Amino acid sequence: MAAVTSTPVDLSAAFVMAPTVPGDWLVILPPALMITAGALLMMVRHRIHLHALIAIPALVLLVLTDAALLYKVVAEGPVTMMMGRWLPPFGIAFTVDLFGALMCFVAGIVALAAGIAALKDINDSSRRYGFFPFLLLLMAGVSGAFLTGDVFNLYVWFEVLLISSFGLLILGSEREQIDGAMKYAVLNLIGTTLFLISVGYLYAIFGTLNMADIALKAREIEGAPLMTLSALFVLAFAMKAAAFPVNFWLPASYHTPRITVSALFGGLLTKVGIYALMRIMVMLFPLQREELSLVIGVLAALTLIVAALGMLAQDDMRRMAGYAVIVGIGNMLAGIAVGTVAGISGALLYALHSILAMTALYLVIGRAAALTGTFSLSGAGGIYRIAPGFAFASLALFLAVAGLPPFSGLWPKIMLVKASLDIGAWWLAGTILLSGFLTTVALGRTFLFAYWRPPLTTPSAASVQGAALAGGKLAPDRLTTWPLYGLIAIVTLFGLLPEGPLSLSQMAAEGLLQPVSYIQSVFPQAGAQ
Amino acid sequence: MEVLLACLVGAFFAAAIYLILSRHTVRMLLGIAILGNAVNLLIFTGGRLTREVPPIIGIGLDTLPAGAANPLPQALILTAIVISFSFFAFLLVLTYRAFQELGTDDTDEMRLAEPKSEPMPPAGY
Repeated sequence: MAAVTSTPVDLSAAFVMAPTVPGDWLVILPPALMITAGALLMMVRHRIHLHALIAIPALVLLVLTDAALLYKVVAEGPVTMMMGRWLPPFGIAFTVDLFGALMCFVAGIVALAAGIAALKDINDSSRRYGFFPFLLLLMAGVSGAFLTGDVFNLYVWFEVLLISSFGLLILGSEREQIDGAMKYAVLNLIGTTLFLISVGYLYAIFGTLNMADIALKAREIEGAPLMTLSALFVLAFAMKAAAFPVNFWLPASYHTPRITVSALFGGLLTKVGIYALMRIMVMLFPLQREELSLVIGVLAALTLIVAALGMLAQDDMRRMAGYAVIVGIGNMLAGIAVGTVAGISGALLYALHSILAMTALYLVIGRAAALTGTFSLSGAGGIYRIAPGFAFASLALFLAVAGLPPFSGLWPKIMLVKASLDIGAWWLAGTILLSGFLTTVALGRTFLFAYWRPPLTTPSAASVQGAALAGGKLAPDRLTTWPLYGLIAIVTLFGLLPEGPLSLSQMAAEGLLQPVSYIQSVFPQAGAQ
Repeated sequence: MEVLLACLVGAFFAAAIYLILSRHTVRMLLGIAILGNAVNLLIFTGGRLTREVPPIIGIGLDTLPAGAANPLPQALILTAIVISFSFFAFLLVLTYRAFQELGTDDTDEMRLAEPKSEPMPPAGY
């Protein structure tokens, strides 16, 4: 029921009267930039030689903007920008805290890497289908989801990234891709619809969709069916993130598109689901998360084990990587289930690591397949002889994915194991370690067969097939390996110098668990009271 | 009135879930279309219902008249309709293409991406 007042209303109370500080425009810039560049690419869609020329600088600009935004958030705390100058809770808020800024920054790096890798991997016909416009619009959706402070807006950004991902998935419209896209599209659409259902209930209960407003009200409200709502949210985001019982769309579809697209998906899409789960369950409904923590913990454990066994059972390296993505989701869910500062920051750190490492993993597999001519483990071999440097880099990445020292997967895993032991959930800690062990076996086996084993196919056939897989002759080979080595270098650095990311993730987790400054940035008056 | 709409939403959800559980893609599509409508009605009902006062601020007034309809759910539904419509259009084309390319609309028979007799990974060398 709309509130009714008979007194004349002073509209200045409903508007932001001060002009926006130039620095605050950074908040909206990443999605705005991506949409603008994407629209530009749509306008020149028939001149595909221009696409890379516009898209790559736009992605570089995105990374720079994200970096500036991260710097600003670290220096000043959460930043809010209201759309159309309406004050909250009327206007749509873009609120960036450290969590969102970190995810946005890492996502930007991955997108740039994928954009550069695409110069070689994506051939002319795929470009004609619109790879670069879809890539930019996907990034608009991903950055928008990380930066928005409004739940319905979050849903809209989800849809933006979903429809772009449909486009990317069927790039080239091969039969396999159409089959994979069918399952991906229907199940993801149902997942987002579940999210929309929860948003509808959220509005029915709270009468507001602003996250800061809900965070304030959810701690006071009584008698509302918040558990039902939270369970719906968990189901919806578990579906988006491919957690155990609702994960089967991921291995069915992620191996069908071109490898750069798989890399982008493996790095980003499931993590957006995890981001939203953390944002909603940890920040907005801490009490309900506490209640559901056992359920989430069991889901995490099952995801970890089932996905690790799935990795062991795959012959196709791309499908193995798909299960590796799901193992990562299990780890992050474990952190959310634990729910302490250590658990949340472990999950967050794992998400950052996973975005980088999963993209790199797919790119490594793509390169390995280009060298050996096949994605299948039983047919591959001899990479170590052809490209020893690449073999070493791959080994580093495999160790990082498996969570072995001294690479990036180690630190979040230590945090997660310690956090779950701290609250006495030894079974969760044990599952994390067991699934880490199984992951190591699966990746070690990959290295053994594809890298150490002498080549099985004749070199000529391999190189012909390899050229076909690599898909064209658009750029010198060096260009495609740059992003791969770049990502592996970041992962290694992340592992060797963990203090920076560790303290940032700790701060971000504290900000999520105690969203005082987040709420204050949206409601400056509320903080003063 | 709200009870009535709640029952309608429930019926829509039931029908949608029943259709989505089917193996045939066309039925699933119909289910998804109904699901979208169910959610829209849900949001509409969630905004509480009032009678016959449109959410329009009259001349010389600053706020909505008493008992006016809640405009926000209508804005949300408008967005959701556009999105679900475009998705439905995409899925329709995808289904048609899938039928053309794969020769079936039975999802159990669409096994190209996940072949039934996939080779197990090698056990040793």
